[in-house]
Amino acid sequence: MTGHGNEGLELSSLQDLYQQVILDHYRRPRNRGPLVGATHTLTLNNPLCGDVIDLMLRLEGDRIAEVHFEGKGCSISQASASMMSGVLTGSTIQEALQVMATFTRMLHGDMDAAADTDLGDLRALAGVSKFPVRVKCALLAWNCLGELVGPDTTHS
Amino acid sequence: METPDSNSVSAPPPPFDVERIRADFPILGRLVHGFPLAYLDNAATSQKPYSVIQAVDAYYREINANVHRGAHELSIRTTQAYEDSRAVVAEHIGAVSADEVIFLRGTTEAINLVAWTWGAAHVAEGDEILLTKMEHHSNLVPWQILAGRAGATVRYVDVAPDGTLVMEDYDRLLSDRTRLVGVTHVSNTLGVVNPVAEIARKAHEAGAVCLVDGAQAAPHMRIDVQALGCDFYAFSGHKMLAPTGIGALWGRRELLDMMPPWQGGGEMISEVRLEGFTAAPVPYKFEAGTPNIAGAVGFAEAIRYLQRIGLEEVHAWEADLTAYALDSLGAVDGIEIFGPREKRVGVISFRYADIHAHDLATILDQKGVAIRAGHHCNQPLMEHLGVDATARASIYLYNTRSEIDALVDALGLAAHLFGVA
Repeated sequence: MTGHGNEGLELSSLQDLYQQVILDHYRRPRNRGPLVGATHTLTLNNPLCGDVIDLMLRLEGDRIAEVHFEGKGCSISQASASMMSGVLTGSTIQEALQVMATFTRMLHGDMDAAADTDLGDLRALAGVSKFPVRVKCALLAWNCLGELVGPDTTHS
Repeated sequence: METPDSNSVSAPPPPFDVERIRADFPILGRLVHGFPLAYLDNAATSQKPYSVIQAVDAYYREINANVHRGAHELSIRTTQAYEDSRAVVAEHIGAVSADEVIFLRGTTEAINLVAWTWGAAHVAEGDEILLTKMEHHSNLVPWQILAGRAGATVRYVDVAPDGTLVMEDYDRLLSDRTRLVGVTHVSNTLGVVNPVAEIARKAHEAGAVCLVDGAQAAPHMRIDVQALGCDFYAFSGHKMLAPTGIGALWGRRELLDMMPPWQGGGEMISEVRLEGFTAAPVPYKFEAGTPNIAGAVGFAEAIRYLQRIGLEEVHAWEADLTAYALDSLGAVDGIEIFGPREKRVGVISFRYADIHAHDLATILDQKGVAIRAGHHCNQPLMEHLGVDATARASIYLYNTRSEIDALVDALGLAAHLFGVA
């Protein structure tokens, strides 16, 4: 195999997509596993690719006390869920939905959203916006969140 | 050409010239993300040669009309082109007559037709349908739907760790309750070629009929439905150089004659009265509505193109390239290849270290290498293999060793990005 040190644009986009922090969340997912005392759980998959996220929340009033997940799939889908669990733990539902809105805007290429420090580690996923078919991977865990606690939820 | 010291009466066939073949496929000249396209997703769909594109183009430019309807010149010529195409398909697979070939959208529709017509007439409560664990969802879900409606049971023949069918399990599951055996000729994930003739023979001994999903076989090998001994053979045009939206079901005439019609409409009737209708004879009984005429014309030209090159030559080229790909991929540390080494076609599923297949596909795409990632409409098989997704490179007659090299080289980029040693 040849070296891959300097191969132009495709490499820089890919390096943005696969930052170390994303690979770290993929390989050492945070808050992965069962959640004792979960108040809200939902499993969603991307039927075309087979990625699965099982999101578990423990709510105390309108505050998200704990976020856990199980799942299988690509680095983007799993890292997004892991990062989400860290960012949302301790936030209110309203704050969580605000983060979700900002994160979604970032994935669709909004540079201001990508600069929002409320996103924490999630900002590392900004590179997904260059790969439109992978946006659904990054959103899978968030679709669970939206269905569980979003304004149109049927899961309360 | 003269060969001075040859006394053979016939010239040897022209050598397989892949560059000449590649020149027939306009899309193979394009760049993807600045790199030459290495199209290795042929199990999903194949590319199309000029002659097929031109056949479809010429049909619309010169003779387009509806079939079997008009007395005018264009309708007569369109009907002739459509029926000539049916004859080409029928002759190509060894059908007794062209009437045994029904034009449909593809393999999926062909299998659904059998499930909804033959199945509705012959499968009842307590009956069994015997499939395998490697079937594509297209040869799985139609039977699950039928079983659910009829109160029948679907059983599945096991797959061995090397990706071949466990024939002892087939013998064990086959019984006088089995009404139909459905099996794929070639696995769309593992590339394995199944012993269809033996499976069909045993099915008949048990009093069952045998349907073969030929979607991944027909593009790569000479199909002779008489030698296979099956009762139905379903395949798609688009995986064998033809346009999308055209495929065929071959069935034994005596079975087709006894099957009730499927969709109702024009074309499929003999006579309609307010009190009811009588169905047209086969194949029209199963071709309600205006068919995909241009698709059928393109399908026939695709078959003629493959025949001009020779399916034996195609098969030999692909066998050599498959062996090269298996060797090249196998030499990469951390690659796990699924499926057997022998008795297979060039559909190669693999995993690479802990890099998910979707990530591999995205990275390879940036180097112009097109592969498929995911469950390949094969979820039960994936579960059986203990994986949630694989990467799949699948080759066809126009692929080259340098494209396999491009694949392996791009895997190096994936390793670099993911920090795989």
